[in-house]
Amino acid sequence: MTQRVKFYQTGTFTVGNRLLDEENRTVQATVERSNSLTSGHRACQGCGEALGARYVVDVAMREANNNLVAVNATGCLEVFSTPYPESSWQVPWIHSLFGNAPAVATGVAAAMRAKGREDTRVLAQGGDGGTVDIGFGCLSGMFERNDDILYICYDNEAYMNTGVQRSGRTPPAARTATTPAVGPTKGNAFGQGKNAALIAMAHFIPYVATASVADLHDLEAKVTKAMGMTGARYIHVHVPCPLGWGSKPCDTIKLARLAVETGLFPLFEAEHGEITEVTQIRRKVPVEEYLRPQRRFAHLFGKSADTDALAAIQQMADRNIEKFGLSG
Amino acid sequence: MHKPFAITLDVGSSLANHTGSWRNERPVYVDLLPPCNHACPAGENIQAWLYLSEEGDYEGAWRQLMADNPFPAVEGRVCYHPCENACNRGQLDEAVNIHAVERFLGDEAQKRGWKVEAGAPTGKHVLVVGAGPSGLSAAYHLRRLGHDVTVHDAGPMAGGMMRFGIPKYRLPRDILDGEIARIVDMGVTIELNSKVSDIPAMMKEEGFDAAFVAVGAHLAKRTDIPAREASKILDAISVLRDMETDEEPPLLGRRVVVYGGGNTALDMARTAKRLGASEALVVYRRTREQMPAHDIELEEALDEGVILHWLTTIKQIDGTTFTVEKMEVDENGWPQPTGEFETLEADTLVLALGQAVDTSFLKTIPGVKITDDGVIDVDATMMTGFPGLFAGGDMVPAERTVTVAIGHGKKAARNIDGWLRGEEPAPRAEPRVAGYERLNTWYYTDADKTVQPALDLIRRQTTFDEIHGGLDETNALFEARRCLSCGNCFECDNCYGVCPDNAVIKLGPGKRFEFNYDFCKGCSLCAAECPCGAIEMVPERM
Amino acid sequence: MLKQIEGSQAVAEAIALCRPEVICAYPITPQTHIVENLSELVRLGEIGNCQYINVESEFAALSVAIGASAAGARAYTATSSQGLLFMTEAVYNAAGLGLPIVMTIGNRAIGAPINIWNDHSDSMALRDAGWIQLHAETNQDAVDLHIQAFRLAEQLSVPVMVCEDGFILTHAYERVDIPDKQQVDAFLPPFEPVQVLDPAAPVTMGAMVGPEAFAEVRYLAHHKHLQAVEVIPQLSAEFADIFGRDTGGLIQPYRSEDAETVIVALGSVNGTIKDVIDEMRDDGISVGAVKIVAFRPFPMLALRSALENAKRVIVVEKAFADGLGGILVGSVRMALRGLTTPIYTIIAGLGGRPITKVSLHRAFGEAVADEIDDPHFLDLDWAIIDHELARAKEKRRSGPIAENILRDLGLVGGKPV
Repeated sequence: MTQRVKFYQTGTFTVGNRLLDEENRTVQATVERSNSLTSGHRACQGCGEALGARYVVDVAMREANNNLVAVNATGCLEVFSTPYPESSWQVPWIHSLFGNAPAVATGVAAAMRAKGREDTRVLAQGGDGGTVDIGFGCLSGMFERNDDILYICYDNEAYMNTGVQRSGRTPPAARTATTPAVGPTKGNAFGQGKNAALIAMAHFIPYVATASVADLHDLEAKVTKAMGMTGARYIHVHVPCPLGWGSKPCDTIKLARLAVETGLFPLFEAEHGEITEVTQIRRKVPVEEYLRPQRRFAHLFGKSADTDALAAIQQMADRNIEKFGLSG
Repeated sequence: MHKPFAITLDVGSSLANHTGSWRNERPVYVDLLPPCNHACPAGENIQAWLYLSEEGDYEGAWRQLMADNPFPAVEGRVCYHPCENACNRGQLDEAVNIHAVERFLGDEAQKRGWKVEAGAPTGKHVLVVGAGPSGLSAAYHLRRLGHDVTVHDAGPMAGGMMRFGIPKYRLPRDILDGEIARIVDMGVTIELNSKVSDIPAMMKEEGFDAAFVAVGAHLAKRTDIPAREASKILDAISVLRDMETDEEPPLLGRRVVVYGGGNTALDMARTAKRLGASEALVVYRRTREQMPAHDIELEEALDEGVILHWLTTIKQIDGTTFTVEKMEVDENGWPQPTGEFETLEADTLVLALGQAVDTSFLKTIPGVKITDDGVIDVDATMMTGFPGLFAGGDMVPAERTVTVAIGHGKKAARNIDGWLRGEEPAPRAEPRVAGYERLNTWYYTDADKTVQPALDLIRRQTTFDEIHGGLDETNALFEARRCLSCGNCFECDNCYGVCPDNAVIKLGPGKRFEFNYDFCKGCSLCAAECPCGAIEMVPERM
Repeated sequence: MLKQIEGSQAVAEAIALCRPEVICAYPITPQTHIVENLSELVRLGEIGNCQYINVESEFAALSVAIGASAAGARAYTATSSQGLLFMTEAVYNAAGLGLPIVMTIGNRAIGAPINIWNDHSDSMALRDAGWIQLHAETNQDAVDLHIQAFRLAEQLSVPVMVCEDGFILTHAYERVDIPDKQQVDAFLPPFEPVQVLDPAAPVTMGAMVGPEAFAEVRYLAHHKHLQAVEVIPQLSAEFADIFGRDTGGLIQPYRSEDAETVIVALGSVNGTIKDVIDEMRDDGISVGAVKIVAFRPFPMLALRSALENAKRVIVVEKAFADGLGGILVGSVRMALRGLTTPIYTIIAGLGGRPITKVSLHRAFGEAVADEIDDPHFLDLDWAIIDHELARAKEKRRSGPIAENILRDLGLVGGKPV
């Protein structure tokens, strides 16, 4: 009887593993990775978005045989990567405006089609503000036309570049510069915001997924799958922001992981409007564990703790677990 | 291409911006002492040989193991593996079954005939007195260091307590013989039935440059029990020795009482069981928790039907009738008589009350000190007060286990080597142990410990066949891969992957990584996400 | 080939001849017929492998063009009025990135009140967005200017708006000479971008530029417009050589060399102005006109030399700045700075109000007599203005002005207020 050899020391959770065959390693584990977003960029220490962007674009580059054009919305990623006179990008890259990245990408893809160069793949990316708020019209248009673009939203749950203001992805109770933790209801209101991935699914586009910088294997598999398809594809990547969340730079991945493990950020895939895969929670944790290390939620704890808000957030997590079937 | 000024930039030009200047702390790679290694009395680098085993490089793993311990096949069977008690994985699910992998490697080495070469000759000759685990370990290590070694042992067979103290069902003799034969093959001379009575004289006459004495503790301790009739009272160490040397097994009778609470007591009771005793009773004056015997031995003994009487002393023996007194523990943990008596019936009493060292032949050597406990006093290098004479094993103050003895042999050999070269012993740096709190256990997949196959009870109670089977290759590989590699990089690529600034350089298989401090901003994500705690943040000098 | 054809269709056919590779379309009156016609031409395969993208807004339309142009494709779109304003951010962006997009503006008023008819408020609002703005007088102009626009844009890496008056041109059927493919191909070579998103030679486009270089970037954009001042007449001449028609370059004078009074205007109203000039000349009045073809770059020197001998200048314009007056006139004044020539402004044709010869005769007459108010609002109904002002003075919440006026005119309900 032969037993399939497993890697218990590292399982599938670490970036790489010297024991794995080359083809089963992550792109990030290889020395050949393109480092599409290279060193010298000006992202804050421990920036989740910088990490997420390299993770995504490096896979996209591999899948496109390095034949890729990237379009970027205004935002942190754009600002920290391309201040004159230095660019951190190693791929052909264009930034136009805050709200038009999907449309610019449409234009690039159309140009490639016109020139008979469909092998040049197009990736568009933006933050949550640029994607689910100001760029949502263009994004929806790109979706409904089913343009051949992979759009990546790096969701750090607020407008970080402008100094941490509320976005349509800011979670309830979170303190931002425009939802201060003062007054009768502290932080962002409950019952607002939008789930862009679910709205994307409502366009019945070929592929929609959520991913997290905490789960590189899952993220890379999703980008790989998306790159293997044509038409409009959307991946919503959760990227903690130490600055905006008031968390330690070294906690970026831990918080992303806790967001998944609490159920607050469900990981799933959908094709043509139907959910096809859900990543199960591995070690379920209460939301408090996720919220406590973040100063934006500080008012939920301590002397004048808002236990109702805490309970409501736990309920949101539980609802997600139920709705998406996150616990098997 | 004509690039419009400022709006269009060259790719990758940010490499000119050295963000390393932002840093307050810098990450550094460290190799800490894994708790298993820290706990190993033989000083094995367990993590290192598990690392090699994970890749299927069993010979490499075995050689790594052999750098510290010449008896893997023995140790994988008889060691009480304090490494596994210390193993961080024990806090996650179950400790890595280290001894089972060690045994696999040891058996694999015998099966494949792997050898160890002697070191380049130094022209020095070292005398080793005692062919037990400590003496053979010293002989092996000295030989690897290039010295000529002659071992003298008073007994008829080499192995010491490995042979005369540990029953066959725990250590089959062919395995022991195989390990000893490999040492002999390295050019170690073993003179059996050769009792040394005057070490300094022998050193002088035969030109030994140094000596290591490790004759063990083989004098059975006795206690005075009033015996009205000629009762049959034996000592365990003699019975176990007779098991090896006598053609006929010792006659113990149907009901055997063993007096004592150590591993020898249990081995005795279990041996009695196998020799046909229907009752094997261990009488011990203190509690189960206070027994010096190891839990594993106790559990196995109980499984095999050995009966234990805690808090009991034997007051008097009248033929086959034993009068025993119940004891109770006082507030200091000492057993105190209760005045409550019982009787029990037995054919034989076997004493297993510990062993003493025969120090008679050492007393006359100038400088050699005997402690109040009757053992030999040695310094930090294991040298006695007589220059060039080192001692170890059960003769010196320490826990008396095969593994400790093997560790003494290694330590003494290295110090003898240093002494022969005229080197001052280097002070040992306090090791930094990689505790559980350093680990990021998220990254380790859940995996239950592999359980070794065991003989069924009937065969355990009636034969001296080895109780535990070994792991096959698949199981051994599985088990090795459960190692968390505490405090030592195992090239999982996490640091390389999680750095938002690409400031980790991957050097290639086996070469690990290095930091590119030109760009590292000091966010310490790498340290936080290192599964095994092999990255540390140290403050930058401002 | 001469055709009796709707203006929008003529422009669509001209665009098709320019072999655009990406066309983005979003409907807004009055430019809609252009993109409708183009959609058909694309579907019929008459524009090669051209990609026709129906987008969800004008903002997206120009953004798609930006992406396409940056990827090396010849890109085109068209809009009007609110649509132009909705894409404002992208208008500036395209120019800032130096992308040679050509966009037709079917000039139309800007609301509120919402109004679909022609004036120049829309393109005037974006006059400083960095685009070259060319104004067509006729549909023939529109066709010819579009062909030149691609060449100009691509030569200088500056986007070009071709402005044509909504309805007056876009919806007018008239005789237009649609050029041959060979002629257009001879004039307009394939697009060779100076910068392009190409995986084989990657670049970063659209960097963030701080105070250390921003002014230089802006100056370099200005410099391109200064180059355009030279290039536009050259292209116009070259175009004339091939096609036999002269679009005038930067400006086109009409009976102005010896004129005491010179009228300056943009776009289709020049046709009416020329008729009035002919009639006034018949009456012995020394008038002429200068049509401004290129409003951006503004033809400072050419205009000055065309106007420096005039005794007075009248600027007729279809847009104005609240609280200031004319917009075009400001630039004319700058061209004539240092001279004492009186310059009058006539604001006309707002929101599509017809500019009649009768009215122009009257206004020009007053100007020639130096008796005109300045700025002069052509055909303004002062009775309505006075009535509304009085009502507002009387009652703070006097209701919406537009509706009040319509009521006064008896167009809504007819109920006196």
